[in-house]
Amino acid sequence: MATPANRITRGPDHFINRIGLTVVYVGELLRHRAYTRFLHWAYGIFFFLALLSGFGIYMPWIFRWFTPLFGGGAITRMLHPWFGLGFVFFFGLQALNWLVPMSWGPGDSRWMKRLGSYVTHRDSIEPPDVGFFNAGQKAMFWEIVVGSVAYVITGVIIWFPEIFGRGLVAVSYVIHDISALIMLAGIFIHIYLSTIGEPGTMQAMTRGTVSEAWAWTHHPAWYKEVTGRDPQQALEEARQKLSVPPDEARPRQ
Amino acid sequence: MSDRKTLQVQRISGHPGPVAGAGTQRQEKLCKLIDTTTCIGCKACEVACVEWNDMPFQPTLFDNTYQTMPDTNWNYWNLIKFNEVSNDDGSFQWLMRKHQCMHCADPGCLAACPADGAIVQYSNGIVDFEEANCIGCQFCVSGCPFNVPKFNPSTKKVYKCTLCSDRVGQGLEPACIKSCPTGCLHFGTKEDMLQLASTRVTQLQQHSGMKEAGIYDPETIGGTSVVYILHDASNPEKYGGLPKNPRIPIAFTLWKNWFKPIGLIASVMAFAGVILHYVTEGPRRVQPQPPVREIDGGEARKEN
Repeated sequence: MATPANRITRGPDHFINRIGLTVVYVGELLRHRAYTRFLHWAYGIFFFLALLSGFGIYMPWIFRWFTPLFGGGAITRMLHPWFGLGFVFFFGLQALNWLVPMSWGPGDSRWMKRLGSYVTHRDSIEPPDVGFFNAGQKAMFWEIVVGSVAYVITGVIIWFPEIFGRGLVAVSYVIHDISALIMLAGIFIHIYLSTIGEPGTMQAMTRGTVSEAWAWTHHPAWYKEVTGRDPQQALEEARQKLSVPPDEARPRQ
Repeated sequence: MSDRKTLQVQRISGHPGPVAGAGTQRQEKLCKLIDTTTCIGCKACEVACVEWNDMPFQPTLFDNTYQTMPDTNWNYWNLIKFNEVSNDDGSFQWLMRKHQCMHCADPGCLAACPADGAIVQYSNGIVDFEEANCIGCQFCVSGCPFNVPKFNPSTKKVYKCTLCSDRVGQGLEPACIKSCPTGCLHFGTKEDMLQLASTRVTQLQQHSGMKEAGIYDPETIGGTSVVYILHDASNPEKYGGLPKNPRIPIAFTLWKNWFKPIGLIASVMAFAGVILHYVTEGPRRVQPQPPVREIDGGEARKEN
């Protein structure tokens, strides 16, 4: 993934990968290297700081207990833009890092059409063309890219109202809110799918590795790319080892 | 004010006849009436405001007019705006308007403010800022149709005219009223002031040839506790930033009151959604999972 954009981040990328060790055990695959994980948790922290401080201002009659966490309303208001900038900075680096694996392909449009099957777990493993990220992850990524751009533009206007005028502030504040609401909904789904929704996923962002079974279940094309083995065949072999009957022989529910 | 209201006599022991003052209707709504037709631009009200509110002196900008400074400031709440207007019929007017907070019945600043207790409206109509609760977001600045609230960058708080709520609370008139030498400023109940204003407007129309003379008490924000008598009420804009139909941006009314809570509920539905998904569909486990041998009653169940 040596894009021109990556040349800028090559220094910090190498530095963090050197101090952050990723151990890949037998039966595991490297999913996210240390630099990716570092960025994820960096903007994750800023996301929650911005979320809590932001919602304390968004609707104080419900979230008034958020502002004391930051030292009161005035300080919350003062810190929030900086939390936001922190989020956008680190997410921006991640966006450069992920530009290639997040690019949309024809397979992703197909995946979106069968979103219902994904939600209801109709297939035991994902379709063979699902690569490093599935279309749902890509959609979320691009939503955050667009949302972050909206955040920065509208946020700067709200930050300096004396420069931009009251009309622009009133509009910006609505767009800023909409972006926050979309990301609030997104974070529930993101945390759910990475923890209890799809067990085995969380370790990709902690230790940086996933099991091979996780890879062929959720990202078969990526599994094929890194191991050179056919995911369906790997699944059948694993089934035989566990003496689980193949798909056709199993009763559907 | 509240003390006098609660201490109004209701019953008297051994007293013949009805209680003195029984059935008295107290007019609560206060009003400042500004007659721009008798303002001479002496700026006594500006000085009185700065003095009473103990404002620090600040250097100002001279822009070759009689106006003290281009606009009001966080420590300069009351400013006479001097406007030289050439009318379409070739006539010329030199208009002076005392500019300050209008104390709207439906205040845009209060609607926009997200900080608990930073802006209050008293039952007498005064809209007051409680700087202790102000978070300095300046939403009030964009919510105000008259461009009144002003931000102090060093304290990170917003300030404006209080209609001398500290004086009014003690039964005194605002400082600006007290200082006016021409009687162009009046203070009393809203009802009395509107009556006085309409008498004056009739006088202007019938005896001074000001056919367009009228009262400025804009209905679009429910009226104001500061009312103007204008020579030409058909065009308040020529008095320097007095909008004909002041409005609060819908971002602070429709959006804040309706879409914000609805949007929040919609967002939190995502949380309900994932819980529901976990309960109905369950987690998606990696494949293959070991076969289920036995569950309580010995019946095998779905094994994914």
